[in-house]
Amino acid sequence: MGLELYLDLLSQPCRAVYIFARCNSIPFEFKRVELMKGEHRTEEFRKVNVLMKVPALRDGSFTLAESVAILMYLTRKFKTPDHWYPSDLQKQARVDEYLSWQQAHIRGKGSKLFVTKMLIPILTGQPLPPEKVEGATEELNVVLSQFEEKFLQDKPFIVGNDISLADLVALVELMQPVAAGYNLFEERPKLAEWRRRVEEAVGKQLFQEAHEEILNAKNVSADKIAPELREHFKQQLLKKLHSSYRKLHL
Amino acid sequence: MGLELYLDLLSQPCRSIYIFARTNNIPFEFKHVELFKDSVLGKKPAAASGAERPRTGPCLSCAEDPTSGCSTPGPSNSEGDGKISLLKKVPVLKDGDFTLAECTAILLYLSRKYNTPDHWYPSDIKKRAQVDEYLSWHHANIRANAPKTMWIKVLIPLFTGQPQPSEKLQEVMEGLSTSLKQFEERFLQDKAFIIGSEISLADLVAIVELMQPVGVGCDIFEDRPRLMEWRRRVEEAVGKELFFQAHEMILNIKELSNIQIDPQLKEHLAPVLMKMLK
Repeated sequence: MGLELYLDLLSQPCRAVYIFARCNSIPFEFKRVELMKGEHRTEEFRKVNVLMKVPALRDGSFTLAESVAILMYLTRKFKTPDHWYPSDLQKQARVDEYLSWQQAHIRGKGSKLFVTKMLIPILTGQPLPPEKVEGATEELNVVLSQFEEKFLQDKPFIVGNDISLADLVALVELMQPVAAGYNLFEERPKLAEWRRRVEEAVGKQLFQEAHEEILNAKNVSADKIAPELREHFKQQLLKKLHSSYRKLHL
Repeated sequence: MGLELYLDLLSQPCRSIYIFARTNNIPFEFKHVELFKDSVLGKKPAAASGAERPRTGPCLSCAEDPTSGCSTPGPSNSEGDGKISLLKKVPVLKDGDFTLAECTAILLYLSRKYNTPDHWYPSDIKKRAQVDEYLSWHHANIRANAPKTMWIKVLIPLFTGQPQPSEKLQEVMEGLSTSLKQFEERFLQDKAFIIGSEISLADLVAIVELMQPVGVGCDIFEDRPRLMEWRRRVEEAVGKELFFQAHEMILNIKELSNIQIDPQLKEHLAPVLMKMLK
């Protein structure tokens, strides 16, 4: 039994792992875990990841969760080209810095907009008040500016001349609000150029294939989601959204 | 000019870096940043020149060298995140003209540059992956709730004059409880430390975060003997004296009430905090 990757391509971190493994020709068995069907909450999947989240990796008896950990494990085990996670101390630190910062920022705000603008309306059958969507959009724009000013700057990629894990993780996250209908690349030419470069570096076809499902997410209607799950997701998402302390990171 | 670490020991990520550097005898200049005193709004009111650049704290390095890639968001005029983010100005590392933010990045950089003992970030790829896994999970879980105890019990009352919101505290403690259960089940289990028989960056990052609620009177170790035992081992592994020195401020948090908070900072943050209370 070789490497198994447990993924649902609706999820951003899963797409990063999928694209990375495929574009580096890493042999693996794709184990689909359909979140909308609640497959992440089965006893069988719990054996792979007791925290019931995707992505997850199983390599023999070794199991691993958290996309950043999985990506780094793959770079080491399969000795992928240096630029993905450079051996140069400072460049490596820049990748680490981005991967850490992005959790609360690009990932946090991108997901929030996706959930606000698309997911909750699908689950509840009604849109949220427009101020909520506007607020989430504004918050995303703040972090997008920070991303452009502090991370990307005038370089072709985040860490310089070559693509790294940082760019891959960044772009898959940004596709989530795009899938919800917010075309953030339209007004940001620098980002659009960077996106084009990242897609080319991993392979356009692979990139598009990985994003096919999420880009068709608008077509998901509530009845595609198992009823007992619908309620569960709804509660979870509304709770997260209303948590006023989400921003506190001291 | 050697290694400089900009830290405020009230902040958990700062403590993990401080303890790591000290326990490994990494030579550095401790640049003390007092989050509640060093206003990023500038010492004088912005009468003469609108947006006066901050003259304190690590962002000085950003102002001097915009290509340094410092990721800590600068002072912002936007509501909400911008204002709270000023508190994320630490930790910052400066090594010559290389500036680095984000605790995980700093810890990894130090472990590599100074070739610290293998157990901190093992070369065995599976053990290393377990450290990475913990460090990643930690952010969205333990770190999502543990810090809030300090906000609710100390900082919000201090800044806004309002009593601590007890329902919020209960919510936070419940969230923290869930995370702690997962921590014990998935990460610690029956091992001495997260990755096995030796301490690693994972344990260090975890413990400093869990000391935050302890400092404000929510002793999460009280009914968790396995965690308590683990804590004892971690303290011993880094050195008890160092551990307590690093935690002196947070363990004497009542003194914080006597701190002179920069009035502009107070004015700036109070309404934002009040909004969050609702």
